[in-house]
Amino acid sequence: MTSNPTPTDLEELQASALRELEQAASSEAIEQWRVAYLGRRGRLTQVLRGLSSLAPDERRTAGAAANRVKAVLEERLAGAEENVRLGRLQAIAEEGRIDVTLPGRHVPVGRLHPTTQMVREICDAFASMGFQVVEGPEVEWDYYNFEMLNIPKDHPARDMWDTLWIDHVDAQGERPMLLRTHTSPMQVRTMQNAEPPVRVVVPGKCYRYEATDATHEWHFYQVEGLAVDEGITFADMKGTLYEFARLIFGSERKVRFRVDFFPFVEPGAEMAIDCFVCKGGGCNVCKGTGWIEILGAGMVNPTVLEGVGYDSSRYTGFAFGMGVERIAMLKYGIDDIRLFYGNDLRFLQQF
Amino acid sequence: MKVPLTWLREFVDVDLPPEELAHRLTMSGTEVGSIDVIGGTWDNVFVAQVDSIDPHPNADRLKLATVTLHGEQVTVVCGAPNIAAGQLVAFARVGACLVDPRTGDIETLRAATIRGVESAGMVCSERELALGDDHAGILVLPEDAPIGATLSEYLGDVVFDLEVTPNRPDCMSILGIAREVAALTGATLREPDLSYAEEGEPVEGAVSVEIVDASLCPRYTASVIRGVQVGPSPRWMQDRLLRAGQRPINNVVDVTNYVMLEMGQPLHAFDFDTVAESRIVVRPAGEQEPFVTLDEAQHVLRPPMLVIADGARSVALAGVMGGLNTEMTDATTSVLLESANFNPVNTRRTSQALRLRSESSSRFEKGLQPELAEAALRRATRLILEVAGGTGCQGIADAYPQPAPRPTLRFTLARVRKVLGVDIDAPHVYGILTSLGFGVTVGSDGAMHVEVPYWRSDIAQEDDLVEEVARITGYDELPTTMISTPVPHRSPQPEREARERVRDLMVECGMQETISYSLTSAASLETSKPADAPSPLRVANPMSSELEYLRTTLRSGVLSTLAANRQQARDGVRLFEMGRVYLPREADLPLERETLVGVLAGPRSPESWQSVNERMDFFDAKGVVEMLMSRLRLPCAFQPAEDALFMPGRCSAVLTGDAVVGVIGEVHPRTLEQFDAADEAVALFELDVDAITSAVSTEPVRYRPIARYPGALRDLAVVLDAGVPAAQVQAIIERETLVSHATLFDVYEGAGVATGKRSLAYRVLFQAADRTLVGDEVSRAMEGIVAALEREVGASLRG
Ligand SMILES: [Zn+2]
Repeated sequence: MTSNPTPTDLEELQASALRELEQAASSEAIEQWRVAYLGRRGRLTQVLRGLSSLAPDERRTAGAAANRVKAVLEERLAGAEENVRLGRLQAIAEEGRIDVTLPGRHVPVGRLHPTTQMVREICDAFASMGFQVVEGPEVEWDYYNFEMLNIPKDHPARDMWDTLWIDHVDAQGERPMLLRTHTSPMQVRTMQNAEPPVRVVVPGKCYRYEATDATHEWHFYQVEGLAVDEGITFADMKGTLYEFARLIFGSERKVRFRVDFFPFVEPGAEMAIDCFVCKGGGCNVCKGTGWIEILGAGMVNPTVLEGVGYDSSRYTGFAFGMGVERIAMLKYGIDDIRLFYGNDLRFLQQF
Repeated sequence: MKVPLTWLREFVDVDLPPEELAHRLTMSGTEVGSIDVIGGTWDNVFVAQVDSIDPHPNADRLKLATVTLHGEQVTVVCGAPNIAAGQLVAFARVGACLVDPRTGDIETLRAATIRGVESAGMVCSERELALGDDHAGILVLPEDAPIGATLSEYLGDVVFDLEVTPNRPDCMSILGIAREVAALTGATLREPDLSYAEEGEPVEGAVSVEIVDASLCPRYTASVIRGVQVGPSPRWMQDRLLRAGQRPINNVVDVTNYVMLEMGQPLHAFDFDTVAESRIVVRPAGEQEPFVTLDEAQHVLRPPMLVIADGARSVALAGVMGGLNTEMTDATTSVLLESANFNPVNTRRTSQALRLRSESSSRFEKGLQPELAEAALRRATRLILEVAGGTGCQGIADAYPQPAPRPTLRFTLARVRKVLGVDIDAPHVYGILTSLGFGVTVGSDGAMHVEVPYWRSDIAQEDDLVEEVARITGYDELPTTMISTPVPHRSPQPEREARERVRDLMVECGMQETISYSLTSAASLETSKPADAPSPLRVANPMSSELEYLRTTLRSGVLSTLAANRQQARDGVRLFEMGRVYLPREADLPLERETLVGVLAGPRSPESWQSVNERMDFFDAKGVVEMLMSRLRLPCAFQPAEDALFMPGRCSAVLTGDAVVGVIGEVHPRTLEQFDAADEAVALFELDVDAITSAVSTEPVRYRPIARYPGALRDLAVVLDAGVPAAQVQAIIERETLVSHATLFDVYEGAGVATGKRSLAYRVLFQAADRTLVGDEVSRAMEGIVAALEREVGASLRG
């Protein structure tokens, strides 16, 4: 270099450098460009080196101009490098395109049995009203299953419960052991073990000697309930069970109580809900009546209270019992009770 | 219990439509199952008189019948052989709906021309009216049938089918239902007529009655009717019996059935001429006494089964069935009519022991009252005289050693309020009780004294009267409130809560819950039970051999479920059941132990576009158990174990602390074959949930600080006998105090490793809570571990 760089030279250098940088699409081209302009032998570096031969005044002016060009080039270089980096990441991302409609990777899915779900839902409904969940034995004494519930031996009311007896004979030659026919024996066990107030629900398996068909199963679940205290009334029973029906079957449900008989309650009742299938118009779910029976209930018979040592002139209470499968069948529209314990996965995996 | 409305109306006026009456009965405790309308289609059918019969001009077998109806003469063609002038008949006009006797379909009657004679109507047979099967001739109506009336006014009926609860034997009768209807509607009850002309000799001279044991037979009444003419009952009685579901037999037997249906008291008619010595003795049967009942079945009796005997032999099984030896026949002329009261328990035991249930026994076992016996006897005697003729003896024979007092109950409005939660005023209560036949007086203390009518054997305590008030008022009329007493104290139930968590954790592991029967067969228990399982409890009256024994293990149930779902098993199946096993105890209820069983079989994931096609095995089951124990914050360990269900060497005991709480293994192919379960590996675990939940801590988790100083990772590969359990190696490594955790990342047998040996490779994390470890410390610890492994399990570093 023999002549001094003029401002026009620097402008041209900057313009050509930027033009070339524009064309540099890869990191290799950018590096070549950097070496060509900003490298040790680069054109701008040489310009800057040439400044030393100038007079101080000229040197200052030309040096400032050259440094401005250098700053521009370096800034553009950084920008170009960033663009290339982003471009490379974008290219990687582009290559990773997939068919998002392919099925997802398998995660095994477990489900609770519909009976378990229903038992929990029922118990939760009563728990919200202060009932505690307790459980009792499935193999029971006649004493708890019948006698203490005001169903003495040789009483025709026993025909209401066809019983599976355990092959065990006691010293009196009687068969005192059975598969409980209902969860009601826990009423007696609970009261024998606690002073009033009592407020419990009892879920559990029950058994009857019964041929199976679409609506009968010899092996089934019940939820029993019992509330005993001073001042508990038939009206409270209606209110509690009404609330239960609304919690399980929806807040618009209506209920109906009719007279029914169970030896361990007096007065005895059966509760029905208005048919949510036909809205009362009549269908095969409600057998055309517009009402669906869902549970039996009543005021605890004073005979039962006295039997466990409660003063029946002071304490009153109500009890109720319902078939869990029946509630589930109504709620889920299941038409055959045998599906519950047939354990067909195509059934169980729907819940 | 079938109740024809026409019969009911004999005792009470019913103005309500049948559906409304059914609703009221249902709501008050007598559920109406169905309503059957007889003659519902009889529009345009009338009672009419046949004026004359003329031959058909063009057909020998046909006749022309001229009938007058509402002043108008109509001539129709008729083929019935029994038609005659003067008869009252059911005459159908054009437009009537009749049953086509050939097809059974209901057809609308049209005018027709038969062999050239126009016929605008029809004289009907029973079958055409759906009244019966008879189509041999026309239905001839009784002479007192109201001419011009519609047939449905005259013969139509509505039959209610009632479900009576076992506490209300009184409602097993027309009269009992009439009492309910009267109370429910405010109508007045008409009592049945019990009177008759007592024109014969005094009964005392005709028959003697003796009760040997009054506890088995509190009362025995009898009447004697001489000169009866046995034959068919009149049509009205047959109609009522048929509609109530009772087949007519002959007039005397029909009366006993009629009165049983009407009043609820079973009766029995003996051919009096066959009763030896004109004597009745009610006594317990002899030991091994043979007896043949009316149905010609042979029985062997024993005391205290009760028999009715005459002077020579037993003639009836009391309250259950009469004897063949004194059966009524068409030739019978003298009747001894029995109406007695028998002990309900003894009747029930007898009929159960002999497997001989009759309508009579099912009524007696529900408990009838002695007063009913006499009323029913008088009613039946009156009806026999009416339908079979004869002469009734003066008075009745009546053995009633200890007349039962009529119970009186004290009853207060305060109790009504206490039980029902509402005040019901005295006149309302009084009205309900008296309408039901209770006698009510008010005592000096203001309480009511309520005399219970004899037919209400179910009323024994004050709250029974509360129910009467509530049910006649209507439950829906009573208020609805929420419990206002405080919520009782709840006792904590950590084990129950832990049990439900176990269920949820299984679901979290992707396991599907199943529930199987608690009863199973001896064979499936035998195939699947653990060696130390006790012999199971047996059901004395099993429904089948498949449902005979109470399970002592859940294994058979879940394997059966697996077998039943073979199709699904192709996609991989993960099942669990949590339920009880029943372990017998001496002279006590069995121990009901909550148990968890899980089974995993098939591919780990179903076939898919990214399938890896690995099959589940022992370690999948073990992973589930480890996850469960980890989530319950219980330590767990595994030890090789033996159990016949599993393949040898593929079975492990599960321990928490020192206690064995379960087993995991791959099921033996032999067992799988027996269950027809699968042809691939089936991994199964069974855990004692009670043992696990009782070990679960109820204490809250104590937080431990997260390590603040970096750890150092070292890999350690050792070669040792293949039989040394990896868990033992792991324990030796982790015993070193600086070791935080060791991860087994490779298990290798094969080339480069001597036969019978294997290589285990661990990544070991060294870490201290209080400092960053220096290289020297880690190296020294490693050397210590290697030395311990060499010393204790003969391991050497893999070169
Ligand atoms: Zn409906």
